[in-house]
Amino acid sequence: MSMSELAAANSLERVGARPSFTDYVTEVWRRRDFTYSLAKYRIQSENERNRLGMLWVVLRPILSAMVYGLVFGLILAGMRPANFVPFLIIGVFFLEFFNTSMNGGAKSIISNTALVQSLPFPRMVLPIATVLQNLLNFMPTLLLMFVLTMLWGARPNLSWFLFIPLIALFYLFNQGVALIFARLTVHVRDLSQFVPFISRLIFYTSGVFFDPRTVLEPYPTLQAVYAWHPLNEVLAIARGILLDEYSIPWDYWWKLAIWAVVILVVGTVFFWKAEERYGREN
Amino acid sequence: MAERTEKPAEGRPVVACDDVHVEFRTLATGKPIKPSMSSGLLQRGRSLRTVHALKGVTFVARANESIGIIGTNGSGKSTLMRTITGLTPATRGAVYAKSRPNLLGVGAALIPDLSGGNNIILGGLAMGMERSEIEAQYDEIVEFTGLEDFIDMPMRTYSSGMSARLKFAIATAKEHEILIVDEALSVGDRDFQKKSEKRIRDIRERAGTVFLVSHSMRSIRDTCNRTIWIEKGELRADGDTDAVVKEYEQHR
Repeated sequence: MSMSELAAANSLERVGARPSFTDYVTEVWRRRDFTYSLAKYRIQSENERNRLGMLWVVLRPILSAMVYGLVFGLILAGMRPANFVPFLIIGVFFLEFFNTSMNGGAKSIISNTALVQSLPFPRMVLPIATVLQNLLNFMPTLLLMFVLTMLWGARPNLSWFLFIPLIALFYLFNQGVALIFARLTVHVRDLSQFVPFISRLIFYTSGVFFDPRTVLEPYPTLQAVYAWHPLNEVLAIARGILLDEYSIPWDYWWKLAIWAVVILVVGTVFFWKAEERYGREN
Repeated sequence: MAERTEKPAEGRPVVACDDVHVEFRTLATGKPIKPSMSSGLLQRGRSLRTVHALKGVTFVARANESIGIIGTNGSGKSTLMRTITGLTPATRGAVYAKSRPNLLGVGAALIPDLSGGNNIILGGLAMGMERSEIEAQYDEIVEFTGLEDFIDMPMRTYSSGMSARLKFAIATAKEHEILIVDEALSVGDRDFQKKSEKRIRDIRERAGTVFLVSHSMRSIRDTCNRTIWIEKGELRADGDTDAVVKEYEQHR
């Protein structure tokens, strides 16, 4: 009797075969308590390592906002967008969530090789936990953003509830990006060195310091491109909600929704396709 | 090579390895030793090397067996175990199993800055236990580690023996049908070694199958009724523990 016949006769299953997509997603959902605990405990351990602890979560974006504000506030001088300080704060704070998710996602598998090699669980748990961790860290930043923009004249009103769908879409989009990069760095290790440059490029082109709708007035084609730039869409909507000087570009909502769903679906399938590759030496 | 002792009347097969080959391709780093092979700065001195870690291993493990895995360092024992769990895929051949075999190793899931108690929860969740299951067993786990006074302190403050005890206690808290133990019995003081060997035997009695990878012939003799000897990626002997261990010791 051959081995495969013996296996079949005793209802043994082949080890290490990739589960079907629906089984996989079900298993990821079943492990949600692990995912959430991983995110929560990582935040806790990070905060215990520094004396200022949780305060760093809000200090980091404030400090970078101050640096960019100083530098670009001077350089842009006359071209500064209206109400520059809150304009910049919204841009820097939101981009922080995107950047930490992309960088963290890129590292989520390759920096957890030992864990991936010692326990069986759907690997998607790792990039999901990373982005969840960043989402939880984003919450105090968001509160601070409300307080700071109020100092510069923003007044709370019902439209602020639009932040709930905005952040939901932004979160799904970031998750998709993180999943794509989590797999890419497994194939191309060197990419993890390159990711910080990609995120810097994105940072400088997303309209953090400038308003593409006014700056790019002479270039209609570029303006059309920016209308589909997912991060510019997030920032423009956030500024439209908070600041009187800006209006909410309503068409950005459905464009952003398309982005979020497409990137999330592509990312999930792309990551699942290589499930049995994660943790291999080569 | 010792005759493979097939005793067909014993327990049902739970793991079957069918001509398992594992190859690693890895970048050989560092400078070539011979000066004649030296390369310029732009010429990449890194070549892709293939390591043939397992060269066709075949065996069947049955319910209620506890199987010792022995062999010199680098012979492929740990690779074989990781292949059985599906963590390292076989390049050729296949592994079949009744349920997914578990590696007794939860260490990588734990976070050093967290307290021992939080790590029990996190480790249990990482192994796929439900939170309610872990909470029900929490006191028992803490008692087994003997770390009651330190359980609220960060794990990084533990000595290596203490954290090894914590890891062993978490890892064995789960009911395992097929369990793989890699050198775990060599940790801790003598009392703890006795306790952990007893726990391995308990697992076996609950109708489980245990693989024990160890360099300690004493713990292999005490816990295993069958032993597999792996040498340079090949199965050198497979059979009754006393016979295989004797052959292995003469070989050295």
